[in-house]
Amino acid sequence: MSDLAEKIRVRCTLNGAAATLEAYPMARLLDVLRDEAGLTGVKEGCGEGECGACSVELDGEIVNSCLIPVLQAEGATIRTIEGVATGDQLHEVQQAFITYGGAQCGICTPGMVLAAVNLLKRKPHATLTEIREGLSGNLCRCTGYTKIFTAVMAACRDMDRTVEG
Amino acid sequence: MATRVIGKSVPRKEGREKVTGRAKYVDDLKFPGMIFGATVRSSVARGRILGIHFEPGIPWEEFTVVTAKDIPGKNCIALLIDDQPCLAAEFVNHPEEPVVLLAHPDKYLLEEARRSMRIEIEPLPAIFSMDDSLARKHVIWGTDNIFKSYQVNKGHVEHALREADLIVEGIYETGAQEQLYIEPQGMIAQANAEEGVTVWGSLQCPYYIHKALVVLFGLPKDRVRVVQAETGGGFGGKEEYPSMIAGHAALLAWKSGKPVKIIYDRAEDMVATTKRHPSRTTHRTAVTREGKLVAIDIDFTLDGGAYETLSPVVLSRGTIHAGGPYRCPNVRIRSRAVATNAPPHGAFRGFGAPQSVFALERHFDRVAEAVGLAPDEFRRRNFIQQGETIAVGQVIHEKVDMGRLMDRAFELSGYYERRKRFETENPGKMIRKGIGFASFFHGAGFTGSGEEHLASEVAAEATRDGRLRVMAASTEMGQGTNTIFSQIAGEALGIDQEQIEIVQPDTANVPNSGPTVASRTSMIVGKLVETAALEIRRKLVNGGYLSAEYNTAEFAEACGRYLDRIGPLTSFAKYEHPRDLFWDDERYEGHAYGAYAWAVYVAEVSVDMRTAEARLDDFVAVQEVGKVINPVLAAGQIEGGVAQGIGMALYENVVWQEGRMVNGQMTNYIMPTSMDVPPIRVFFEENPYERGPAGAKGIGELPLDGTAPAIANAIAHATGANITRVPITPEVLSELLAGVHV
Repeated sequence: MSDLAEKIRVRCTLNGAAATLEAYPMARLLDVLRDEAGLTGVKEGCGEGECGACSVELDGEIVNSCLIPVLQAEGATIRTIEGVATGDQLHEVQQAFITYGGAQCGICTPGMVLAAVNLLKRKPHATLTEIREGLSGNLCRCTGYTKIFTAVMAACRDMDRTVEG
Repeated sequence: MATRVIGKSVPRKEGREKVTGRAKYVDDLKFPGMIFGATVRSSVARGRILGIHFEPGIPWEEFTVVTAKDIPGKNCIALLIDDQPCLAAEFVNHPEEPVVLLAHPDKYLLEEARRSMRIEIEPLPAIFSMDDSLARKHVIWGTDNIFKSYQVNKGHVEHALREADLIVEGIYETGAQEQLYIEPQGMIAQANAEEGVTVWGSLQCPYYIHKALVVLFGLPKDRVRVVQAETGGGFGGKEEYPSMIAGHAALLAWKSGKPVKIIYDRAEDMVATTKRHPSRTTHRTAVTREGKLVAIDIDFTLDGGAYETLSPVVLSRGTIHAGGPYRCPNVRIRSRAVATNAPPHGAFRGFGAPQSVFALERHFDRVAEAVGLAPDEFRRRNFIQQGETIAVGQVIHEKVDMGRLMDRAFELSGYYERRKRFETENPGKMIRKGIGFASFFHGAGFTGSGEEHLASEVAAEATRDGRLRVMAASTEMGQGTNTIFSQIAGEALGIDQEQIEIVQPDTANVPNSGPTVASRTSMIVGKLVETAALEIRRKLVNGGYLSAEYNTAEFAEACGRYLDRIGPLTSFAKYEHPRDLFWDDERYEGHAYGAYAWAVYVAEVSVDMRTAEARLDDFVAVQEVGKVINPVLAAGQIEGGVAQGIGMALYENVVWQEGRMVNGQMTNYIMPTSMDVPPIRVFFEENPYERGPAGAKGIGELPLDGTAPAIANAIAHATGANITRVPITPEVLSELLAGVHV
């Protein structure tokens, strides 16, 4: 245990910039992102990997940051909700969430948006079934998911236009 | 003035902050020198506290420790009556009851310390069921275990039952349901004798907390301040319980001299905070051979848990809604909320009505069957019409046409065709399909004279650059308060709704517009917002600063001139109870609500006869809610409510063991995911309500009432099983199916 009780330095790429995080090796990535890096868009909903509010992209994959010891982030590329928009320019998924009512209370929204962005990166023409499956790790208690599906499908179309245009 | 923004789906006002992760919830706030607080709780359901022990191995001298003795004012959470202590002093009355508070700068050490405390309790006999409570096996509250009881009497039920052609009886039960907002509860407090107490937190009702803290600390009102942080869902769960957490954080802050943050983790939130009241409803219904209702006799019991909290009010709404939107000359409803040694049950969207409406709508399918009518035909023969009276004697003056709502819902869902087809195709199949519905209403605003007592207030102020600042204590928790108020005020003033600023609810800055509950925010408080906005306009027009026709720029210019010459341009609106609405608390009759939303919901299900799993295939929700202010937000309210209703109907099962929830995790308390919801198709009929802002009525709770019974009726249709309780988990359904010939 003694080596675990010492803080370590974790070097990673965080929202596009090189970062060094100082933390105990078994600290949850969630806590380190929130407390050390000040990225409070990463939310804690359950702390046991069920709700997806703490979703972040780790090396291109969506993970529950409450289940990841920070040790695992060494050398990784991490993206949180704070790294989704480009300056003031919202991502198509973010804009669609606003336009189509995909966000209500907003607590699941950062994780949900990231999961949707990640899904559309993998499946640019996701079907409704694929969207349902792709977002099933992110719980929302407000919307009944209906407007989230609408928003993601709309973002899908908008991204197509951007590519074509 | 032409409609500019009412009826338009303007985007959510705080949407950008939410989709970028910039919105600040309570756990995102940090204060200099802030430390963390934790709650040490009772391990037994009922007992006498013998001692509090600090186990060795923890540097206890570094901790702030608070017990009941440290409370400067009265040891209670002030609400209706003051029976619930803030910290148990001598006795505990439910598992997880708070006894000791701890604070420390290190969260991890704090958690170790919490586990190293031992509260020695001598157990006392406890009550864990409504039956034992009613039988007074032990008296655990008051003199008879009854928090409150009501009786509604219309006509002569006993006589009508004696004379009836046919009497149908049934008993129905609903379980506890966790609100499961995704943001757990939390508060930050700063408190000292010089400055008083300030709390920031996740909450629905700033002035409830304000009242509780004033009593807990014995401070004057102006020394207590409550500020709402962005709130990640409430659904009633953040109506009364936040007063407890605010009190705890404030006591620790008071004693330590430092800001204290308490954030519940999910397990603590689930086991310790309120849930929907479990219920049991007994129906005896007398009908003629033609299917006309002659008498409705209802007995309705709620399990209130260990303290009264809001149970009398939940019981009231459940009682009034128990008779539904039907005409019946003889109605008796007897109801009571009883004490058990479980954590107090509390507010949850629908507030007693989902329980009694489930019983009624499930029962009426059975009455129809007994009388040999289709379930819809039986309803049609008894739907309330304009000018007729509901169970509590209120004459329905608004235009109501339940038959039309039913026609539309059936057309949109293909009800008749599917009902027939499923009945033909089901026999012998392993996957059986069913379609069912519920027809129901939900009263908006506080019950009876409640709004009169609340006497809500809203203020508004115009700025030099022509913005209108709206000041109300009504909170945004996802349902759209900010956006709806902006639309209402923008419409009233005839200016762009971007010019409307909704001031953050903070008891130091906003008047008391009442709690954000009871489907009252748009209809009741929204009306006050409209009135306050119109008053600003009147001042400008009457003073000659503005002509009757103007644009946003001219409005701004006029505000500037007014401020230069006269001074602050402010207005104030206070609720005035309509003189034609009377309520008799003694006889429990009169105008229960100013307006009702009316609805027919249709559910289509598939049931796997091998696994006894039910799945939703389609859901149609048709409702009349007055004028729809924002279609996207309104539909979002219904869709979200239907999803919670699906959870109530199929998945959300609280498992109790001696008063304690034993499945307090998201891994074993199951709420609907994106894979579990069917297409939820929402349709509105509009019938503007003259007293609502731009004609709007309340909407928030409505979808919880009708969803579970529609699903239960669909499952009954698919399987022939007599569903009498929710949740209908596979375990429950497989037992019922065992008794059905398949």
